[in-house]
Amino acid sequence: MALLEVEDLHVSFNTADGVVKAVRGLTFSVDRGQTIGIVGESGSGKSVSTQTIMGLTAGARVSGEARFEGQNLLTMSDKELRSVRGAKVGMIFQDPLSSLHPYYKVGWQIVEMVRAHTNVSKAAAKNRAIDLLRLVGIPKPEARVDEYPHQFSGGMRQRAMIAMAMALNPILLIADEPTTALDVTVQAQVLDVMERLQQEFGTAIVMITHDMGVIADIADDVVVMYAGTAMEKAERRELFYHNHHPYTEGLLASIPQPGADRTKRLLPIHGTPPSLIQLPTGCPFHPRCPYAFDKCVAETPPLRSVHGRTDHESACWLPTDESERVAERTRVQAVLAAQSEIDTEVAKDLTEVTA
Amino acid sequence: MSAPATAPARGGGDSSDVLLRVENVVKEFPVGSTSLFRRSRDVVHAVDGVSFELRRGETLGLVGETGCGKSTLARCITRLYSITGGSVEFDGKDISKLEGGDLREVRRDVQMIFQDPYGSLNPRRRVGSIISDPFAIHGTLQGAARKRRVQELMELVGLNPEHYNRFPNEFSGGQRQRIGVARALALQPKLIVCDEPVSALDVSIQAQIINLLADLQSELGLTYLFIAHDLSVVQHVSDRVAVMYLGKVAELADVDDLYGHPRHPYSNALLSAVPVADPNAAAQRERIVLIGDVPSPIHPPSGCHFHTRCPKAQEICVTEDPALVPRLGDGPGHVAACHFPVADGEDLSKARAAIEQEDATDAEDVGAVLAGLADTPGFTEPTRQEEAR
Repeated sequence: MALLEVEDLHVSFNTADGVVKAVRGLTFSVDRGQTIGIVGESGSGKSVSTQTIMGLTAGARVSGEARFEGQNLLTMSDKELRSVRGAKVGMIFQDPLSSLHPYYKVGWQIVEMVRAHTNVSKAAAKNRAIDLLRLVGIPKPEARVDEYPHQFSGGMRQRAMIAMAMALNPILLIADEPTTALDVTVQAQVLDVMERLQQEFGTAIVMITHDMGVIADIADDVVVMYAGTAMEKAERRELFYHNHHPYTEGLLASIPQPGADRTKRLLPIHGTPPSLIQLPTGCPFHPRCPYAFDKCVAETPPLRSVHGRTDHESACWLPTDESERVAERTRVQAVLAAQSEIDTEVAKDLTEVTA
Repeated sequence: MSAPATAPARGGGDSSDVLLRVENVVKEFPVGSTSLFRRSRDVVHAVDGVSFELRRGETLGLVGETGCGKSTLARCITRLYSITGGSVEFDGKDISKLEGGDLREVRRDVQMIFQDPYGSLNPRRRVGSIISDPFAIHGTLQGAARKRRVQELMELVGLNPEHYNRFPNEFSGGQRQRIGVARALALQPKLIVCDEPVSALDVSIQAQIINLLADLQSELGLTYLFIAHDLSVVQHVSDRVAVMYLGKVAELADVDDLYGHPRHPYSNALLSAVPVADPNAAAQRERIVLIGDVPSPIHPPSGCHFHTRCPKAQEICVTEDPALVPRLGDGPGHVAACHFPVADGEDLSKARAAIEQEDATDAEDVGAVLAGLADTPGFTEPTRQEEAR
């Protein structure tokens, strides 16, 4: 049995403009000690889905199941949920300044969290807070434990958040864009700490990010989300080197690769993500997909096993066989190349007009 | 201290022709005034003596972490801030002391694209009027001609000209950034300072804007100063790159030299920390994890600003500020400010500083702490089950 099994999760919100379908039928599972990466652009539903699992989306309409150690989190009472949150499942959020309370000392916040779930004394809890701060690489933790969040730098705040999340040796750590607000060198420090903690405690990590680089670094399995649903699921290397879904392909092609030919243009995905109130028919990606054909507009593709692997699923109508898929890619890329030449011509004409 | 031309600029034009010369620019902000009438003595040394040249048609990338002064420098160059010391020479003319009408003349040629596509557009004004602002301010083009020109600009940056009368909130982040680009292009500037133009955007949209900027550069012969913290983006767009740390340039070189043979330990650490979207490359790479945080720019460290975190730091780094000159037999175009530059193939992750630094924990310490944590009674099995019942 997997540690966390999310099945057919739907989350929607009523707004003045209509019903926002933030998550639409998301299924994934996390094993003990595993790192699963959930990647997607803003508005793809990656944060909402994990927040819902933890009971943090008040006012949302939720259906589906999220079983943690066999118990459905979505039907738990508040009290039961509170005993899971923090103790068994730790959480780290993107913005460390707004997730730490500005009025209370950092150490006190960790102590409070420890004492809410255990029967240890205040002194023991404070010692633990100091150890944890030392563990995540905060200098002079004995002094820092009595400082306020504003006295910490951004990277230190995020590390304090990690310390708090890890305080009770959780089995699962949900990290929602933990490094997005940080500089690369600080990001390296934070990822380093998370990896070390995972090795030591065997914590499973759900890493939510929009950064394919972070995914390539630490994830075992990857879920690619778009418009509230999983587009592709695969083991990390399979996803990077043998991806099937055009959205995954597009995401990877949009990133400038270090060492790549700089005169080559990036290949962005055209258009913008769809509105979650009025989704396109069929595959939600079809308006932006260079491969789209009639069936994509009419029918929503289910997640199917592709490339002859059971652990690689993709929600796309393109051929599931890898060689056929590659042939299709070559064909479409040739068409795109021809198109971009035409675009350049148009642009040249334009400059003459504006000059 | 300037870097003479070594490589031809990609964007075309005469490569030896200097468009912008920044010399020893210093920008300080006073802080912490305790009394209303007494001037404060503390200052933030945001930009601390930066010099470089920007050639016509090239793109100079400027990288560094939060608080290194890159945005302040951009604002000094565009004269949104007046500088504390040094000079900024644009097109052979010192613009650092200009005022009023003379300054306005310069602003025609030097434009800026801002980071936040939400904050940099007035939400109460229509897009057409936002883009035509430059014409109104500089008193060029009237009436129908102005509108026609704005619509041409919109088309040039890939917006639908029929959306002339819409408000910014009707556009997505990427489209808003295009509006910002159109506004910057309106007066046909020579230099565009791009301050983190893509960092607020999703990756697929980011690529659209990068391509747009590249196209505009090759078509209009623009010169860019491109500021970003994303090193992959900077590598993709730049001809030369300057690395900044605590208000100073740590290293400046052609993009391939800098990414291939980084000399400054900080450049090395920065490059090793960049997440690469390639699992095999990520597995092979040795991340250099720097200790501690960036020191306060109010009291920057003595000597080399980086010595408090540098794995190669020695006594001289504390006392003597290294000059920005070619190191280890590099060409004149590759300068680094370091006493102990990193040779090719040197393994920095094993290096240890010869001076005392504020290090939080050693690897061995961490192991002991971890082991202690796991064994502490009362923590491994919290009593929450009873609570839940």
